[in-house]
Amino acid sequence: MSSLNKNTLINSLLFYLPLFLLFLSVLNEIDFNYLKIEYFSFNFVYILIFYWTLKSPRYLNYGSIFLAGIVNDVVVGTPMGFSSFCYLLICAVTAYLRNITITPNLINDWISFLFTILLVNSIQVISLEIIFSIEINYIRYLINSGFTFILYPVFLFLFNILEKKIAIQIND
Amino acid sequence: MASSRDDFVIAIRSAFLKKSYQQKFSLLTLIFSSLIVIILGNFNFKAIQYVKIGINEVIYRSSHIASLPENYFKNLNIKIDEHLSLYDQYKKNEIELNKLKEKKLSNDFLILENKKLRELINETIQSEDVYAKVLVDKDSPYLKSIVLNKGSKDNVKIGMAIVDKSYLVGKIIEVNYSNSRALLLSDLNSKIPVLIEPIDIHAVLSGSGKNHGVIEYTKDEYKQKINGNKMIVYTSGYGDLFKPGLPVGKMNTNNINKDNKVIFFSDFRQLDYVKIVDYEIGSGN
Repeated sequence: MSSLNKNTLINSLLFYLPLFLLFLSVLNEIDFNYLKIEYFSFNFVYILIFYWTLKSPRYLNYGSIFLAGIVNDVVVGTPMGFSSFCYLLICAVTAYLRNITITPNLINDWISFLFTILLVNSIQVISLEIIFSIEINYIRYLINSGFTFILYPVFLFLFNILEKKIAIQIND
Repeated sequence: MASSRDDFVIAIRSAFLKKSYQQKFSLLTLIFSSLIVIILGNFNFKAIQYVKIGINEVIYRSSHIASLPENYFKNLNIKIDEHLSLYDQYKKNEIELNKLKEKKLSNDFLILENKKLRELINETIQSEDVYAKVLVDKDSPYLKSIVLNKGSKDNVKIGMAIVDKSYLVGKIIEVNYSNSRALLLSDLNSKIPVLIEPIDIHAVLSGSGKNHGVIEYTKDEYKQKINGNKMIVYTSGYGDLFKPGLPVGKMNTNNINKDNKVIFFSDFRQLDYVKIVDYEIGSGN
């Protein structure tokens, strides 16, 4: 009985792990700025949302992504609702990709990810500059997008392992 | 041709409207909700302001707690760095201390003289200090700001100066009940009036979005006046934004023809505690 309870607890924890990672990253904004590496930054949340909503949307629901966006706006200081909108745009792209893709592969996903971050970041930059009159450092934005794109396969590999573990644990 | 367009429409409709995989809301509903939140956020209705302050209070505290493990590693990294450079630092400090001892004597005299001169023109500078802890310190590509644990209950107001030791760091841009957000001088949207000494030239210091500032809107001939001298940038006190004479940073005079960089005295990436200061400059005239 106790082992059954233990299994249920582990299953629940694993099931909510992507969600936990999402909220941890928006609250904490892991930025490595203390390492003093000039320009180095990447958007972990974009990678997380893109991967999980594309591969296994049942672990990350849209309502939570919307809330995570609100949290991110408060932490970062952007207009409230703005990040939610951007995150949901990523979800829209992944939902579309899921509908049109029969056999997913890494290269296709990676190129789609590049297209998605460029689209979302362009919308962000244009809206922040024109609508909200917030000055933006374009170079930093571009470098951030570059690192996010480059690091996608690394996190894809890690998330693939994690997803398999979650699937095995839940199906046991 | 027509069937491929139909497929596209079906895929788009399915992506936006279908509630699959245990989703409680459709994407379209949530996208519209976020647009409504953005629009409402721009209105200054009291109810919306209260909701915003409530959300900020909860999220800032949660963010502070969530950042504790990362902050631990950050401090550990700094400590290791400090230990590794202990001897070099000691030698540098020893030389600097001797120089400072010499300077202090002349400074004491200048302070007294300054006090007497202010009394002579009936000018007084009163300041109220509030010490605050930095709750959230995020180096995002959007905004360079810090969240402090003091808010309207501690009489913090928008526009108050943020000082680290005696160096200017930024100003308050958002005040909640128990916390507030300060815009750092390095942010692209930060612009403050400054005085470049010893050449005595007024300018505007803008943030660069990186870890330094840039001198703007000043006389064209100021570069010739610099001539390799050590330039220190102080607040000028124009516009009554800040008290005059607050040290901000030093200029990199080697590359003066390439850029107008100002290296800040304070390291904005290592702020733990700061002082929120409200200056009141009174004049008898």
